[in-house]
Amino acid sequence: MTIQRKAIALLSGGLDSLLAVRVIQEQGILVEAVNFYTGFCVEGHTHAIRKKHKDKNKRNNALWSAEQLGIKLHIEDISEEYKDIVINPKHGYGANLNPCLDCKIFMVSKAQLMLNRARELVDQSGFDFIITGEVVGQRPKSQRKETMPIIARESGSDDLLVRPLCAKNLPPTRPEREGWLDRDKLYGFSGRNRKPQMALAEQFGFEDYAQPAGGCCFLTDENYSKKLSDLWQSRGERKYELDDIMLLKVGRHLRPEPNYKMIVGREEGENNFLTGYRKEFISIKITSHGGPLTLIDGAPTEADLLFAARIAARYSQGHSADTVSVEIRAKNGVCTEHNVIPFPPQDVKAEWHI
Amino acid sequence: MSDRDPTHHHLDAKRLLCPMPVIKTQNKIKTLEPGDTLEVISTDPGVKQDIPAWCRINGHSVISVVEEDNEYIIKIEVGSS
Repeated sequence: MTIQRKAIALLSGGLDSLLAVRVIQEQGILVEAVNFYTGFCVEGHTHAIRKKHKDKNKRNNALWSAEQLGIKLHIEDISEEYKDIVINPKHGYGANLNPCLDCKIFMVSKAQLMLNRARELVDQSGFDFIITGEVVGQRPKSQRKETMPIIARESGSDDLLVRPLCAKNLPPTRPEREGWLDRDKLYGFSGRNRKPQMALAEQFGFEDYAQPAGGCCFLTDENYSKKLSDLWQSRGERKYELDDIMLLKVGRHLRPEPNYKMIVGREEGENNFLTGYRKEFISIKITSHGGPLTLIDGAPTEADLLFAARIAARYSQGHSADTVSVEIRAKNGVCTEHNVIPFPPQDVKAEWHI
Repeated sequence: MSDRDPTHHHLDAKRLLCPMPVIKTQNKIKTLEPGDTLEVISTDPGVKQDIPAWCRINGHSVISVVEEDNEYIIKIEVGSS
């Protein structure tokens, strides 16, 4: 009797993992997928927050991929455990604060744990191997020929980790050696050229798939990484909470003085989102004109708050008025009213912008 | 299917951004029995697509999706898968 083999796939929602699963399904393997939520995922959040994106499709690409593939998807919140990966990456960062190699090792090791856990449960049929959409040479930090074995080794998955899109460029894994998979039907993609993947997508009939530039993680973004570095520097320690990294995705961030930072809403959706944080931060609201809600992070003095209110007024509809009325609200809800002169745009220093 | 009467449950996922409402829904449904119903309230419009998609993949039924004062109320019947 033939044994029905099962694989667990890391499904990011991008094209490569979508194709990797389909390639394995074509060989009669049952696949289930897992998607990990780190807190730094690009999709969803900014579209959900910003009103101007309200007409954009807000689909979750991992869910969309799973539906296209007809497979089950488990989404796991790893945001707490993931902090250690971001703060102390054993293999260092990429061009920005992206710990891609450590991240991939961590995610594959989590999949390996799921594989082991399923095997331990008598009433569950276990998974036989793990698949990812990695392609040799595609990413400068994690997807290089020399890093592929590091991921397999350090995750503990060893030769149970199959990369269907570039398998022919790598030594045969156990599923290939044992005949669970036909190596000839796997692929030998390499490098940053996406055309082979796009051709394969067309062959499989996939349309409207996600191809986010720079991947799907905010840590690969230079501006986001600068804001995270600034957060760590200002607090004197490399720590963060989920709310911190959410707020780095929203608004203009300005640091006029080392002891405080302003987060200035750029439009109605962001203002609404920032309003939800008024119990955790001092806030500045423009009352005489339309304008942003501003949160103040840090330990500002009274004079700092009035200075920040002038900057906030610069981004209001009263930016050309002689004075603008503002409400400064303490965390405990106590409000004070002030009239301030909006900062002239040319006096808002470029170096204040984070 | 067990002989017990279905039970009704609520999940407050307000202020959470996707995929957290989906994760909370997934984790809550793991604790429920087939036939039970779950009402999820969220403020992220992304749930209108994501929770029904997650339900379709995992064999649960969306009974209704209601939008009310910038809140999205999704009622789900737990499937047997």
